Amino acid sequence: MSACSSKSNASGGGSGSKASAATSAADLGGMDALVAAAKKEGALNVIALPPDWANYGGLISGFKAKYPGITVNSANPDGSSADEVNAIKSLKGQTRAPDVVDVGQSFAISGVADGLYAPYKVATWSAIPDTLKASDGSWVNDYGGYISIGCDGAKVASCPTTLAALNNPAYKGKVALNGDPLKANAAFSAVWAASLAKGGSLDDIQPGIDFFGQLAKAGIYKPVQASAATIESGETPIVLDWDYLNAAKTTDVNGKGGKWTVAVPSDAQFPAYYAQAISKYAPHPAAARLWEEYLYSVEGQNGWLKGGARPAEMTAMTSAATIDKTLAAALPAVSGTPTFPSDAQTTKAKTTLTAKWAAAVG
Amino acid sequence: MTSSSPSAAVSAATVSTGTADPAGNAEQNEHAVAPAGRSRSRAAWLVPGLGLAPFVIYLALFFGLPVALIAFNAFRRKDPASGMTSFSLQNIDDSLHGVYRAALVHSIQLAAVTAFASTILGLLLAYAISSGRSGLLKQLTATSAAVLANFGGLPLAFLFVAVVGGAGVLTKILQSTFGLSLQDDLHFNLFSLTGVEVVYLYFLIPLMVLVITPALEGLRPQWREAAENLGATGWQYWRLVAGPVLLPNLLGSALLLFCSSLSAFATASALTNGTLAITPLQIDTAVSGNVLTGQENLAAALALDMIVIVVPLTLIYQYLQRRGARWLR
Repeated sequence: MSACSSKSNASGGGSGSKASAATSAADLGGMDALVAAAKKEGALNVIALPPDWANYGGLISGFKAKYPGITVNSANPDGSSADEVNAIKSLKGQTRAPDVVDVGQSFAISGVADGLYAPYKVATWSAIPDTLKASDGSWVNDYGGYISIGCDGAKVASCPTTLAALNNPAYKGKVALNGDPLKANAAFSAVWAASLAKGGSLDDIQPGIDFFGQLAKAGIYKPVQASAATIESGETPIVLDWDYLNAAKTTDVNGKGGKWTVAVPSDAQFPAYYAQAISKYAPHPAAARLWEEYLYSVEGQNGWLKGGARPAEMTAMTSAATIDKTLAAALPAVSGTPTFPSDAQTTKAKTTLTAKWAAAVG
Repeated sequence: MTSSSPSAAVSAATVSTGTADPAGNAEQNEHAVAPAGRSRSRAAWLVPGLGLAPFVIYLALFFGLPVALIAFNAFRRKDPASGMTSFSLQNIDDSLHGVYRAALVHSIQLAAVTAFASTILGLLLAYAISSGRSGLLKQLTATSAAVLANFGGLPLAFLFVAVVGGAGVLTKILQSTFGLSLQDDLHFNLFSLTGVEVVYLYFLIPLMVLVITPALEGLRPQWREAAENLGATGWQYWRLVAGPVLLPNLLGSALLLFCSSLSAFATASALTNGTLAITPLQIDTAVSGNVLTGQENLAAALALDMIVIVVPLTLIYQYLQRRGARWLR
């Protein structure tokens, strides 16, 4: 334990310390020992965690309140998964390098291929479904959601509840995504969800691209990045986004006179999870592991739920009655059974989208 | 003679010492017969050479090194199956085909259209200002052009959204007062190629005013008087005297605007969100995003394509500037 000093690891990112090799709290002698080691390091570097994204603001303050000795340094809150992975690579060996990352599924997989992550299994490991974790613990899904339709009833006469219904002249100039589908996961997934609604499949994203092509030609799709501000101004009253991100806009929009509703479309349930991973070169290896323990505790899981996201341990926590029932009941209803795309399907969909998107909507 | 001539002379000297070392050496060797002259010329070469050192180091670090890295990465390719990296022409090949080729063509078209329009409009504006009598107006325009030429990116995009976007102030006024829809009746859509071109003009025209005003002010009134005394009409003066003198500057400025427009990116990104395929946006998508992984080398290849387009234009620009400076000093 004495080796875990943040000062001694300027060149190795904590390698050589006991914490950096620990694959569970038990390896370090239990939770108390992990807490002591993390407090000794005194800091945790997180990256690309926007405070209004799945309640990360609340989670960070919850962690700080629970472990007052540990400073949380939050870098580049609006960064992307690519920025996170680049930070691990380029800041290797520096004290400001990220300790933990929260990345899209494809970056979880590519990061393992590049050998960037340190495997770790949290105390509640068995409560996480096998489909949501790498078997060695190199990444673990943290929270997820469904593609949803957010709609301001104050600006739109009748809010759509299916994706197919968007192709309606009444929605001209009103439908937006949360970004460029080639850059933002939520926008990419929305195109894929539209494909499911229009006769495509997880193997075939083309009908979704064609559908957005039609929306673009009819002037319905507006290529501007949606935010609470664009919704309030009436620029983008209908937004396709993850349900937890759409839900997070409710307070802002309704505070300015809007009537914001969030619906998971009945003609396509498209879910996705983000993944947690610990950097192999974490300058604060014990604090990184303690952060994971916190996120996968009842408090952490309910924290994400508070942000409208569905935590990885939701099923187990529902059986154990540790889930916050009010928050769980407030999630948008989902009908039907969701299926997750495989890695090969994801790669294929991206290749098709890269080649076809701009031509279809341009 | 005028205040602009010393700085022009200095920059000309910088260019010749900085880039034409071999020529300079050859010249020294030719004059190597006289020992005294030789030592003097070496010392004369050494002193500005030392003074230039910081600039050369700066150039190497912030221009040479990145370009070398981009070129290196553009020819590297990681095999997705084995994870091994090797040299390959595949990225360059990819960057010149399919959607990337389309974007390159699109980028060049966008830059050409905006550069052409802003060259003409900027020239007219600059002429109007420089032929006016008000010194205050001249100063005001010069200052605001300098500010506006650097006002781009996200703030500019959102400024336009707030004014002529779907729920923009002007859009609403037109709708409520005249019953005109900007998009349906006037066929203006801010979130399209035309929209992006209009927004680019916002910073390209001031840039044109900024770079062409010195040239317009260098046109001496005596030339016009002389031409008129010899019986020339206004049109003949412009065609035979002012036009040829201005031409190198005009072409050079157009090239500068072209390069500036070609590399602009944040404005287009904010307004089109992936629906407009242009190379700078594709580079951004490849290196920073949540969707595509392992595209860094392709991004380097795309960047190399742009460098290949821009570097010759920059060299022509420099040449034209020097030609233009011959008369206008």
